[in-house]
Amino acid sequence: MPSTLSRRYILGRVSLYGGAILLALWTLAPLYLIALAAFSTRQATFQWPKPFLPTDFSIDTMQFFVNSRGVLDSVRNSIIVALLTIAGSLVLGAPGGYALARFRFRGKEGISLGLLISKMFPTAILSIPLAVTFLQLDLYDSLWGVALVHIAMALPFVIIVTAGIFVGVPRDLEEVAQTLGCNRLQAFLRVVLPLALPGLAAAAIFTFVISWNEVFAATILTLRNRTLPAQVLSGLNDSPLYYRYAGGFFMIVPALIFIFLIRRYLLNLWGNIVR
Amino acid sequence: MRVKSETILPYSLLVPTLIFVILLIVVPIGQAFLLAFQAPDSSFTFAHFQKMANDTSFGDALRFTFLLLIFIVPMQVVLAIIMALLIHTRFKGHTLFLYIYAIPLAISDLAAGIAWLSIFTERGYLNSILNQLGIFDKPFLFLSYQNLPAMFGTIVVAESWRATAIVMTILLAGLQVIPRDYFEAADVFGATTLKRTLFVVLPLLRPSLQNALIIRTIFAFQTFAVVFALAGRVIPVLAGESYNWYVANRNPNIAAAYAVLVLIFTVAATWFYLHFFQTSAAEAGYD
Repeated sequence: MPSTLSRRYILGRVSLYGGAILLALWTLAPLYLIALAAFSTRQATFQWPKPFLPTDFSIDTMQFFVNSRGVLDSVRNSIIVALLTIAGSLVLGAPGGYALARFRFRGKEGISLGLLISKMFPTAILSIPLAVTFLQLDLYDSLWGVALVHIAMALPFVIIVTAGIFVGVPRDLEEVAQTLGCNRLQAFLRVVLPLALPGLAAAAIFTFVISWNEVFAATILTLRNRTLPAQVLSGLNDSPLYYRYAGGFFMIVPALIFIFLIRRYLLNLWGNIVR
Repeated sequence: MRVKSETILPYSLLVPTLIFVILLIVVPIGQAFLLAFQAPDSSFTFAHFQKMANDTSFGDALRFTFLLLIFIVPMQVVLAIIMALLIHTRFKGHTLFLYIYAIPLAISDLAAGIAWLSIFTERGYLNSILNQLGIFDKPFLFLSYQNLPAMFGTIVVAESWRATAIVMTILLAGLQVIPRDYFEAADVFGATTLKRTLFVVLPLLRPSLQNALIIRTIFAFQTFAVVFALAGRVIPVLAGESYNWYVANRNPNIAAAYAVLVLIFTVAATWFYLHFFQTSAAEAGYD
């Protein structure tokens, strides 16, 4: 009996790890291959069959991409838009999240429902009319215009995520601070904010990812002041393969870093996208 | 005095958001409908929709958008359930695997499309493997209009690869709030792992599954950059047509008509799932 039991146990473990490793390979293989493609020579793009090991490692392709016209500017634009989006959506959204976390008030249900609905709107239905409006307001082809749309896209998520963060900060602490002489704002700044800071930082990174990856609105709303995805997308059909590979890899790198930084918050951030 | 400030405070905290949402979400949606339904003389018209429907790409865009949905969503759900259940066993090293499975969360559909382009292109990695295994001596053209099913398949694979991670995190978050007692009870009654999964875990996971299906279906209607990266304009999709009408043809009216169509499908799909699963608000709220 013990031997069959342990055999079953071993079999279970083997299939568990086997399955987990197989799925990990499925996830990692495209990342490895695009890195391989981005770090070979430009000529190697047309080589066939291709080597699967970095035998001709070269920064030639990446250098070509970074030095291509408009690319460095677009990277700078992407970072500016993402920072504006983080600032805007946290300044607007965090107070709302705090209100939802701490107060019972009339209309709260309605606001939660409204947030849920506003997360559903397709990017196209916001970007196309806004492109028309921005043309009239002289906001077209400006980083502010793109950032405004990204804030609109990120705001419902930020409110819900920050509400979750503030719920996690014990209310007692805040009340103690108030009985000890802090007013509401001081209690928030000195007690709640420091405790919520790691979560808020994760929310900021989450917002960065939304903005950094957004393609549709950024391409519709800009002409010369492209963000990186808009730059790559608008030249997609008439750029050489190696340019696309380098661009693809360049867009993926921050993703790897950010997911690693906020790995503890993954389920809170993405897991509760819809409630 | 104090009571009064306490009742006003939550509202005043929400006012900036409210104003922003009205200006940048509510008003634009109204304008999108105006663009889609208004004639130049401001009268109501279906002309833009008619022009949209008469365009040669319209039928294909509609068909391919739904086909992608039908192929991608089930594949993602199955893969994601397996990933989530594996992680949930909390085997040694599961946090590393969770990180790996989650990486595509932060990858855009454009970047994912390009990564898979390096695999599926004529002189790409898949053809290299197939050659080295001796299956083909010449590259197979996965991304040619002559092999439309293959081309369609590459999009399904790339998009499944990317968005499985979102479904996985939603399901894993759902799994974590199921009380351990349920699993233990199933074990006490001698359920096998398979039976426990089918008859205990999956039914309890229904609210999360519903959420995952809603979010994935909504985004599937917006599939766009991954298709552009792999298929150019050979395979049209609704969001891509909206983009083309605005960018290439400078016609915001028809672009808006496509956007309104996508919105209608989005709302219909959400309604469908909510009714199909019939999850009560209370049940869904236990997370």
